[in-house]
Amino acid sequence: MNINHGLIKRRQIVNGLAIALSSLATAVGLFFLFWILYTTFTRGIDAMSWNLFTMVTPPAGATEGGIANALVGSLMMCGLALLVGAPAGIAAGIYLAEYAKLGKAGSVIRFVNDILLSAPSIVLGLFAFSLVTALGGGFSGWAGAFALMMIVLPVVVRTTDEMMRLQPKQLREASLSLGIPLWKVNTQILLRAALPGVTTGVLLALARISGETAPLLFTALGNSFFTLNMGEAMESVPTSIAKLAMNPDEFWNKLAWAAAFLMTSFVLLISVLARIILRTNKAAND
Amino acid sequence: MHAIVNASDQRNDWLFKILVAALAWSAFALLLGAALTMAWGGRAVFAQFGFGFITGQVWDPVMGEYGALAAIYGTLVTSAIALLLAVPIGFGIALFLTELAPSWMRTWVGTAIELLAGIPSIIYGMWGIFVLVPLLGEHVYPWMDEHMGAIPIIGAVFKGPPIGVGFLTAGVVLAIMVLPFITAIMRDVFLTVPQRLKESAYALGSTTFEVVWDIVLPYTRGAVVGGIFLGLGRALGETMAVTFVIGSTYQITAAMLEPGHSITAVIANEFAEADPGMHRSALIALGFVLFAVSFVVLLLAKLMLRKLNRDAGTP
Repeated sequence: MNINHGLIKRRQIVNGLAIALSSLATAVGLFFLFWILYTTFTRGIDAMSWNLFTMVTPPAGATEGGIANALVGSLMMCGLALLVGAPAGIAAGIYLAEYAKLGKAGSVIRFVNDILLSAPSIVLGLFAFSLVTALGGGFSGWAGAFALMMIVLPVVVRTTDEMMRLQPKQLREASLSLGIPLWKVNTQILLRAALPGVTTGVLLALARISGETAPLLFTALGNSFFTLNMGEAMESVPTSIAKLAMNPDEFWNKLAWAAAFLMTSFVLLISVLARIILRTNKAAND
Repeated sequence: MHAIVNASDQRNDWLFKILVAALAWSAFALLLGAALTMAWGGRAVFAQFGFGFITGQVWDPVMGEYGALAAIYGTLVTSAIALLLAVPIGFGIALFLTELAPSWMRTWVGTAIELLAGIPSIIYGMWGIFVLVPLLGEHVYPWMDEHMGAIPIIGAVFKGPPIGVGFLTAGVVLAIMVLPFITAIMRDVFLTVPQRLKESAYALGSTTFEVVWDIVLPYTRGAVVGGIFLGLGRALGETMAVTFVIGSTYQITAAMLEPGHSITAVIANEFAEADPGMHRSALIALGFVLFAVSFVVLLLAKLMLRKLNRDAGTP
C-alpha cells in the first residue's frame, strides 16, 4: 500500500495550527472580557461607600456624594417599563403561540418583533422623544419609561412565544376537551406551565433595560436632584455614569466606577438568576 | 349533538383574542411609528439638503450646514474594524467550544460568554476611555505611527496623533463588545450540524480542522453570515461604547489613529442641547439613516438565518 506521508504530515500541521489558533482566540477573547470585568470590579469596590445610596450627585469638585437620585430614577423607570411592557409582551406572545402559530399574521409580527429586538436603542430614544414632544411633553421620567418599555416588549414577546409553543399539544387538547374556555386554557393552564420560561424572559428584559443608556439620554435626560415626580427630567444609573465618567473631575470618576460596579453586578446577578430558573425547571421536567 | 357552550365564555374567548391580537400588532405599530416619526422629524433637513444630506462633508450647526458623510463614514469604518477583529476570533472560540474543549469547559466558557454579552455597553465605553485609551495612546499608537506608518500604501491607515481616541480605538472596543454576541451565534449554529455528518467525516480520517472547514462551515454558511450580520447590526447602532472613545471630530480620513465621529456619537453628543429647529431635525434625520441601514442589515441577517431553519428541517 502506498501512503503519502508528506500529505498526512501537511494535514496534521495545518490541523495543529488551527487548533493552536482556535485555543489562542479563546484565550484572547476571555482575557479581554475578564479584563473589563476585573477593572469594573476592582475600581468599583474601591469607590464603594454608604453615601452612594443616601446622597445625590454632587457638583463637580465636591468630595462626597452619591447616586441616590439615579438609583431611584432607574428603579421607577425600569419598574414602570416592566409593569407595562411585560404583561403586554406576554399577551402578544400568547397571541403568536396560540392564535397565529402559522400563517401570515404570525410571521409578519414575529419578523417585525425581531427587528424591534435588534433595532439601535438610540433610535428608540429618538422616537420616544419625538412622540412625547408631539404630545406636548418634554424631558421626563414618563418619556424614559416609554423608551425602555419599547425594549422590554420585544424581548418578552419572543420568549413567551417560544416558551408557549414548547408546551405539549396534549396539555392544550386535554384542557379543551374538559370544556374549559380557550382564554382560560391559555392564561391558567398553558401560561402557568410556561411560567418559568416566561419569567426568564422578563428577567432578561430587566437586565437589558437596567444598563441601557442611549434611549434615556434625551428622554429622561438626567437630573442632579432627587425627584419622585415622573413628570420631571429624571436621573438613571446609566445616564449618571455617562455624565460622571465623561468629566475630568476625579471624584466624579470614582462615583462613576462605583455606579458601574453596582449596575454590572445587578445585571450579571439577574442574568444568572434567569438561567437558574430555566435550568431547574428543565431538570424538573425531564 | 349539542356542545355545552356558555354564552359568557364565548364572549370572553372573543374578547381575549381581540385583546392579545391588538397587543401583538402593537409591536408592528411601534416599528412603523418609529420609522414614520423619524422621517417626519427629519423632513425639514431632507427637504433643504435632499441627497446632499448624505453626501455632504460639512456638519456645522452654527452655520446651518448639515452633511452627514463624516458621521456615516465613522459608523461604517468602526463597524468594519470591529467585524474584522471579532469574526476570526469569534470563529476560533466557536470552533474551540464545539470541537475541542472538554464538556465541562464548554458549559463554563459558553455560559461566561453568554453572560458577558449582557454587560451594558456603557461599561465597555468606560473601560475604553479609562484603560484602553491611555494604553494605546502612550505605548501602541506612537509605535504604529512610526513603524507601520512608513509602509507604502497601507501605511496611511496607521497614521495619526498619539492621543489614544479615534477610529481604531472605537473599532477595538466595538470588537470586544460584539465578540460574545458573534461567538454565541456561531456556536449555536455549529451545534445544529448533525453529529452523524461530522462523525462520518472523522471516520474517513479527516482532521478536526478539515471537519470544521469542509463539513461544518459549508453546512452552516448562510447562518454564519446571518450571525455576522446580526453582529454588524449591533455594531452600527452601538452608542455609548463608541461615543466615549471615538474622539468626536468631524473628518474623513484613511488614517485610523485619527479621531472621528459616528452617527450615534453625533446624536448622543448634540441632541440634548440642539435647538428645536434645523439642528434637531438634522439629528433625527441622522437617526432615520441609521434606522434604515440597520433595518436592511437585520433583514439580510434574518433571511440568512431563516434559510438555516428550513435546511435543518430536511434530513
